[in-house]
Amino acid sequence: MTNSANDVLLRFENVTIRFDDLTAVNNVSFQMTAGETRVILGSAGSGKTTLLKAAIGLIPVDSGRVYLMGRDITNLAERQLFDIRSQVGVLFQEGGLFDSINIEENVGYPLVNRKTHADSPDQVHTKVVNALRFVELAHTLEKYPNELSGGMRRRVGIARAVITEPPLVLYDSPTAGLDPITATTIMALVAKERDSLNAANLIVTQRYQDGQLMANFRYNRINEHLEPVSNDLGDPDGSNPTRTTFMVMKEGHLIFEGTQARLEASTDAYISKFVPQHHN
Amino acid sequence: MLDFLKPSVSALQDFCILAGRALRNVFRPPHYESDILLQMDIIGVGSLPIVILIGFFTGIVITMQMSRALAQYGAVDQVGPIVAITLVRELGPVLTAILVAGRNASGIASELGSMKVTEQIDAMRALGTDPIQKLVTPRMIATAVMLPLLTIIADFVGLIGGYVIARLSIGLSTMQYWTSAYRAIEYNDITQGLLKPFVFAFMVSLVGCFYGLRTTGGTQGVGHATTQAVVVSSVWIFVLTSLLTRIFVNLQ
Repeated sequence: MTNSANDVLLRFENVTIRFDDLTAVNNVSFQMTAGETRVILGSAGSGKTTLLKAAIGLIPVDSGRVYLMGRDITNLAERQLFDIRSQVGVLFQEGGLFDSINIEENVGYPLVNRKTHADSPDQVHTKVVNALRFVELAHTLEKYPNELSGGMRRRVGIARAVITEPPLVLYDSPTAGLDPITATTIMALVAKERDSLNAANLIVTQRYQDGQLMANFRYNRINEHLEPVSNDLGDPDGSNPTRTTFMVMKEGHLIFEGTQARLEASTDAYISKFVPQHHN
Repeated sequence: MLDFLKPSVSALQDFCILAGRALRNVFRPPHYESDILLQMDIIGVGSLPIVILIGFFTGIVITMQMSRALAQYGAVDQVGPIVAITLVRELGPVLTAILVAGRNASGIASELGSMKVTEQIDAMRALGTDPIQKLVTPRMIATAVMLPLLTIIADFVGLIGGYVIARLSIGLSTMQYWTSAYRAIEYNDITQGLLKPFVFAFMVSLVGCFYGLRTTGGTQGVGHATTQAVVVSSVWIFVLTSLLTRIFVNLQ
């Protein structure tokens, strides 16, 4: 399938990022199109988070180029990046909520802060309530982040990331440090967000189950619950209705990019640490 | 061969870049007035009790020590001018800055450090807010306004402390103490007494912000950043006061 240049939301071209003597990201190239889901797997220190932060210019690249929303952001100044970043939702590992303001102000922050157009306080309040209702936390408006559990903070973080309905949402280890039940709840919300807003998602995670859920489930807006989609895992080139692509990072290198079927068919020892293998 | 100097030079360079950006933001929108007022309250009003306490006891101690030395020359009545000059020129600005460094540089470093390690700074940048504009510039402006005011209060309370001892212990009259203290202070003394806290304020707030924003390594890193902020800003207070005193001595 070919994609027009306008559909490409994010593109990495031979990107390398170094920290002193450590090469965190080594010559990585890939691109993301509208509505697509990408799951980046890798062990701790493999360069996943660095890659995600470089995608929105939070970390400068040493060589190569990064294109976000069709613009080359490689050498843009911080102030020039603000407008482009406002088109991207980001969930940080611990939620990244501001401790000093309450949940309503946290979730409404992207709306109040954006320069393109201003919502009235009533409009902001309505949108915040709707965004929090989306993550089933509408009762936490007046609370502060330190009054919420880790899972709740991440749900609020999702609400803040999607309140402006961005075409691209980045998730940095959305389930790290959470128990399996809460982790599944969070990923169900991520899938719900993807299928409600038709946004492209870049998910960095160590848990293969997170990617599995994104690849094999779709949110049904009529029934309001997740339902499985028919993926033919036996056929590497079979259907991929959720348009989910897996990428695997190892010591800064992108060592795999492909469908779930291809990933599960891989015989690579590093990949098999994350992925249950389905060899033919 | 000079590789061991690299981290220090690099840190100095980063500090200068931060200071330059923070100063430039004073003249560039957006301005976060509510943050400036909040920081003024935290730094200024919050430090007031300790500044008054230390200022008062400093005045008492100087008067007691000086009266003993002056008594040897039969010049106890000169204690007012000595207290006034010592406080206005040196001890008022330095002690107040040290207190604000201990109380606020540490507070700023730990607050910004916690924000850094919990990715709140990254989140701020991702949401289109310049952390230097939102966090550093308001703290710098607030400290630059409040530290000279706190110093004036510390000087005055110190003079009151000196008066209490001069009146009760030495037996000087009210008129004698205040008139001699007032006459001893020249414009040069007031200028350096107000310029010093202004300069210290930039340094204390920026050092706190600098170490806070450089924090790495989780909660342990926050503690390290806080300690460094207090130590470095305290050392720089003494370095700067020596330089400024030297300049003003030459001007006289």
